[in-house]
Amino acid sequence: MIVGGSTIVINVNGWNGKQPVYECKTMSAGTEGATQSNRGSLEKRLSKQSLLDQGFFWLTLVMAIGIAAVLAFVIYEIGRSALPAIQTFGLGFLFSTTWDPVQNVYGALPQIYGTLVTSAIALFLAVPIGVGVAVFLTEDFVPGYIRTPISFAIELIVAIPSVVLGLWGIFVFIPFIRPFYQVLNSTLGWIPLFAGVPRGYSLLTLGIILAIMIVPIIISITRGTLLSLPPELRQGAMAMGATRWETIIRVLIPAGLSGIIGSVMLAFGRAMGETMVAAMLVGNSNRISISLMNPGATITSLIASQFGEAGRTQVAALLYSGLVLMVLTLLVNIFAEMIIKKFQNVE
Amino acid sequence: MTYSTITSSTDTLLQVNNVSVYYGSVLALRDVFLDIPKQQVTAFIGPSGCGKSTLLRCFNRMNDLIPGARVEGKISYRGKDLYDSDVDAVEVRRRVGMVFQKPNPFPKSIYDNVAFGARIGNSKENLDELVERSLRSAALWDEVKDKLKASGLSLSGGQQQRLCIARAIAMQPEVILMDEPCSALDPISTLRIEDLMHKLKQQYTIVIVTHNMQQASRVSDMTAFFNAEAAEGGNRFGYLVEYDKTGAIFNSPQQQATQDYVSGRFG
Amino acid sequence: MTTPLNDALPAVEPIDLTRSKTSSKTIMSVSLTVITGFFTLLVLAPLVAVVFDVAREGLPRLGLESFTELPPPPGLTDGGFGHAIVGSLITLGIATAFSTPFGILAAIYLSEFGRGSRVAYWVRFSANVLTGVPAILAGLFAYSLVVATMGNFSAFAGGVALAVLMLPIVMRTAEEGLMLIPHEVRLAALGIGATRFQTITQIVLPAALPAIATAVTLALARAAGEAAPLLFTALNNNFWSTDAFAPIATLPVLIYFFAIIPFRAQQELAWAAALVLLGIVLIVSIVARLIARQKKY
Repeated sequence: MIVGGSTIVINVNGWNGKQPVYECKTMSAGTEGATQSNRGSLEKRLSKQSLLDQGFFWLTLVMAIGIAAVLAFVIYEIGRSALPAIQTFGLGFLFSTTWDPVQNVYGALPQIYGTLVTSAIALFLAVPIGVGVAVFLTEDFVPGYIRTPISFAIELIVAIPSVVLGLWGIFVFIPFIRPFYQVLNSTLGWIPLFAGVPRGYSLLTLGIILAIMIVPIIISITRGTLLSLPPELRQGAMAMGATRWETIIRVLIPAGLSGIIGSVMLAFGRAMGETMVAAMLVGNSNRISISLMNPGATITSLIASQFGEAGRTQVAALLYSGLVLMVLTLLVNIFAEMIIKKFQNVE
Repeated sequence: MTYSTITSSTDTLLQVNNVSVYYGSVLALRDVFLDIPKQQVTAFIGPSGCGKSTLLRCFNRMNDLIPGARVEGKISYRGKDLYDSDVDAVEVRRRVGMVFQKPNPFPKSIYDNVAFGARIGNSKENLDELVERSLRSAALWDEVKDKLKASGLSLSGGQQQRLCIARAIAMQPEVILMDEPCSALDPISTLRIEDLMHKLKQQYTIVIVTHNMQQASRVSDMTAFFNAEAAEGGNRFGYLVEYDKTGAIFNSPQQQATQDYVSGRFG
Repeated sequence: MTTPLNDALPAVEPIDLTRSKTSSKTIMSVSLTVITGFFTLLVLAPLVAVVFDVAREGLPRLGLESFTELPPPPGLTDGGFGHAIVGSLITLGIATAFSTPFGILAAIYLSEFGRGSRVAYWVRFSANVLTGVPAILAGLFAYSLVVATMGNFSAFAGGVALAVLMLPIVMRTAEEGLMLIPHEVRLAALGIGATRFQTITQIVLPAALPAIATAVTLALARAAGEAAPLLFTALNNNFWSTDAFAPIATLPVLIYFFAIIPFRAQQELAWAAALVLLGIVLIVSIVARLIARQKKY
């Protein structure tokens, strides 16, 4: 406070130095001494200063509301441009498997299917791993000087550009994983999910890479949730003779469940909207395949791979599919926001 | 300085033998000798920082959860050194239950709170009976019997604390440690819990830490007075001044410091 | 000092407080610890592998000409991606020019004027939802708003798309930084007669400057790696361009196109460009986080 206080005095004096005289409209300058008149009036000053104050307030308010407006505008613009396709194809767009730029007939069911299936694979892998790692890094299983750099490194995974991950996927990950797919296919091929000829560019490959990308989100939010739980809970459970893992599984995770669910929803939204790895790894095949080892397509891979050379109607259809993605991610994100808010309110 | 053993050794459940506790390199409690008798209420009193809670937390090894905490000397429970290398802290805590200063029910239903100990202990007992019996022992049954599925957090502070006592009783421990159990409660809830302690000591050995001297004189059979002293370096450490029957501590203490404290002259 | 207890015989039955090393509880605890520890290594493995592989593939191809030359025509070798670096800088510059003042002013409203108000609640909510909007949809938005209206792909359109992505990040991170400035500091300034504007511009903002710089840097690091919003806004360009209203090459888009065409020389360039991009993004992210840790208050 002392340091802060002295800084303030210097700053404000400096400011007064630049504009040494207050607005004096309401002051009785002349009847009193100059120094007296400077501190004379307590009336509200309709001066440059108060105008500046008011103006600044309104400027920031407009900008703040502008953020909400940008969100609304993004939704509106995509909807407006997709309108011709919505009018032409209606809700049938969501259930049709045809994507024919020659006849100009479009339906996005395979892409919607691919989006949901690859995101589901990613969650299936990332949720147990993410929650497990969050627990491992919250509890003192390893000393802090190891935990801190590990957490830091995990945060950096989010920073890897997805196009770099896609490049790595094509040239490193797919050659690496192929033998494992062969084994999976020959042992579990009787399950429809792993049937057929295993392919490198496939729903499963995209699902795994998406899992790599979303696992840090689940870790960081789950970890934050676990850290914010009151220490009395842990003490209470330990004092009841619960082991550390019983405390985690029976008390801490249930108590932080809404935060964990929120993190999973956010990760789900991120997986659905991820574009570059999808366009580079899923194989861009317009079909619905039960087997995860076959190529497929997602809404994002469809838009990324076709938009450049699309004709007028095709562009509208692509924007329509974008609108579908927008609705899906908005629902998931709003749901996640509400769950996390609810958790914070309970706190 | 001398320490007297008041209880006959046949009744002793917990023996504290020359115990010192350190947090890292900082001494928190020094050279305590103490025998805690079976099925009685023993109170620890003294000013803040005198180490009374620290000692309490040695009895169920809750100090293990604090990084750097170290216990020297010997604490025996039924003749077994609690800090022996082969002793499992989890097993200790199943026999030595604890009630905390701030009520800390789990964010689960009232029923699940009470059943928690039996569930993690893989008890084969009938849970409904156990829950009812424990809630009755904690004098809470009549207030909650119609809403066992409600969250434990929906109860008032005093009810929450009795729920925590019921939760501890349901483990069927031999000892119940209470760390200032009434300091967050209103006077009426406090009286209820004090009444409860009188009933519970027929079955359980109770050790209570309290700031409140009236409470100690009302509920306890034995009282230990701890004091704090500044060590070189400015840290304060606690030590046991006097341990005796509660009546003796409050009416005819042997030490001047005890006299000063119980008569309210300091602390 | 004598020991009064003289190790008296225990009055009550001795007790067994040990837990067997083979009990189900012990096995469960140990295996869960091992499994989560293994998961931690599993999560770190891709980071290590990506950094290692990108360095291994990219380093041999990286040279001065990478930054000064254009890519070779298909079939030929050598060349670089200097035009894409310039293009990335231009689109990021446009995006920063839009998002930084916008985001910071909005953050000032949230922390200085609108604390606890309903407006602030909904603005924050919108910003969080906006963070979750897929990057490619920001691209569709900029296409629809700028490209379709102006009739051609441009660096400007790409900048608008990236600005939409940066905006919520700048605002939320800047807001967190402003919130860290203790309330007493504002009271002290107001208490000696400073106006709100003076308090904010001369006391609060300078104190929060490191946090705000971090906010912009983190947002830039995120935007620098995005290819999806640029695919149909900035598009691509095989030649040098500094025209904000013409198509322009960027590093992420160049990596994408060169990764999926079957020419070895282009794929090598993609790896080298990936090394440059990954290096910039990782270093910026690390530095920004280190700065963020140095708290002034």
